[in-house]
Amino acid sequence: MKAAAFDYVKPKALSDALSLLKQGGDDARLIAGGQTLLATLNMRLSEPSVLIDITDVQELKGISVIGDQLRIGALVTHTEIEDSELVAKHAPLLRAAAPHIAHRAIRNLGTWGGSLAYGDPAAEWPACSLALRATMVIHGPAGERKVTANDFFVDLYTTALEPDEILVATEIPLAPSNQVFYFHELARRHGDYAVAGLAAVAQKDGTTLSHCAFTFFSVSSTPVMATAAQNLVNGKPLNSELIAEAVDVARDEIDAIADITNSAEAKKHLIGVLLERGLKHLLA
Amino acid sequence: MSLKKKISMTVNGTLVNAEVEPRRHLVDFLREDLHLKGPHLGCEQGACGACTVKVDGQIIRGCLYLAVQADGCVVETVEGLTKSGVLADLQESFMRHNAMQCGFCSSGMLLAAAELVEKQPKASREEVREWISGNYCRCTGYHSIVDAIVDVLNARAKGQKIKPVTAHA
Repeated sequence: MKAAAFDYVKPKALSDALSLLKQGGDDARLIAGGQTLLATLNMRLSEPSVLIDITDVQELKGISVIGDQLRIGALVTHTEIEDSELVAKHAPLLRAAAPHIAHRAIRNLGTWGGSLAYGDPAAEWPACSLALRATMVIHGPAGERKVTANDFFVDLYTTALEPDEILVATEIPLAPSNQVFYFHELARRHGDYAVAGLAAVAQKDGTTLSHCAFTFFSVSSTPVMATAAQNLVNGKPLNSELIAEAVDVARDEIDAIADITNSAEAKKHLIGVLLERGLKHLLA
Repeated sequence: MSLKKKISMTVNGTLVNAEVEPRRHLVDFLREDLHLKGPHLGCEQGACGACTVKVDGQIIRGCLYLAVQADGCVVETVEGLTKSGVLADLQESFMRHNAMQCGFCSSGMLLAAAELVEKQPKASREEVREWISGNYCRCTGYHSIVDAIVDVLNARAKGQKIKPVTAHA
């Protein structure tokens, strides 16, 4: 199918993008990588009257270390994250997750900020940003505000972003030297959206994990943290009994939702499978 | 409403000036306006990979990219990359392994494979499978396609060339 007609503008400055967005109201859509938006336009699931192409806006670009934070601009592509030495060093979970996002031709265009702002519960970056305790840097008519990943993902495809705001970047605390991580997703075909996935980080001292963050995706209406399982594991020597207990706790605490082909029970089962594999990996 | 935008880009080495509606995606522009039939149109939702072309040196989905977004860019299709010889060893290998069958997916497969060979010269067979999983072959000729790409990786690693297939009279 072909997209319905729309106008197209390409501002150079963030301030221009913000005023165009305000002016366009509900009929305007931002386009960055467009790897979800273009598909929805082609299928006429979305019919905006104007696309605001923000890819020339410099403030949204680049990966850098500022103080004790890794700053990833909203326009950074999945490929840039996949290939970045800074990311590999300071947020290795993201490096591990990147190859699971669709396929290289899509990763070359699709963006970090686009994925976060879209808030797809089956996507990798929302879950990773939650696990890494990222902070979203948002600009709007009132200036800058910051929202933690924990408060950012509100509901299915719904984030804390207001319609007249733009996600500019995220700040991620640099990984401590004893950070261990695990990323895995169960998908029908490599690159497809996961049936269930886990993005996990912790700090490891011998066999003891602390600061655990186990974030599951594609199992609920937002990415979800298994906080009870995290609390259970935190600070105790990890062994097979504790792993089994954590698996039960995680299955219990997460309110899994069925999708078109997988029941909530199947998702609950997979949550346990992923956590068991993940914890064994972190212990190894 | 007339919403046409003026665009200018380099396609296979030639500067192209045109006016397009913003909704026209790149692969329609290449096929319908420039009559380049190498990039194919399959699913129009980014799943099949038949529309794969290069923009500014990277492979992209031609159906998930607007022609207006390519304003000022360098666009390359299988036609240009064949002419310049960039795909020569992959094309020889695809022929040797009969990795074409109906040919609909081949241009996308070749472009995706070319980026793999460039970016991951030490890719394992499993990594080749993962990389190429973004391109559907509805003849289901995947094994021969993977074989063809693995042969190119091995040959390049040894500094060898893929022997051309010659027709016997």
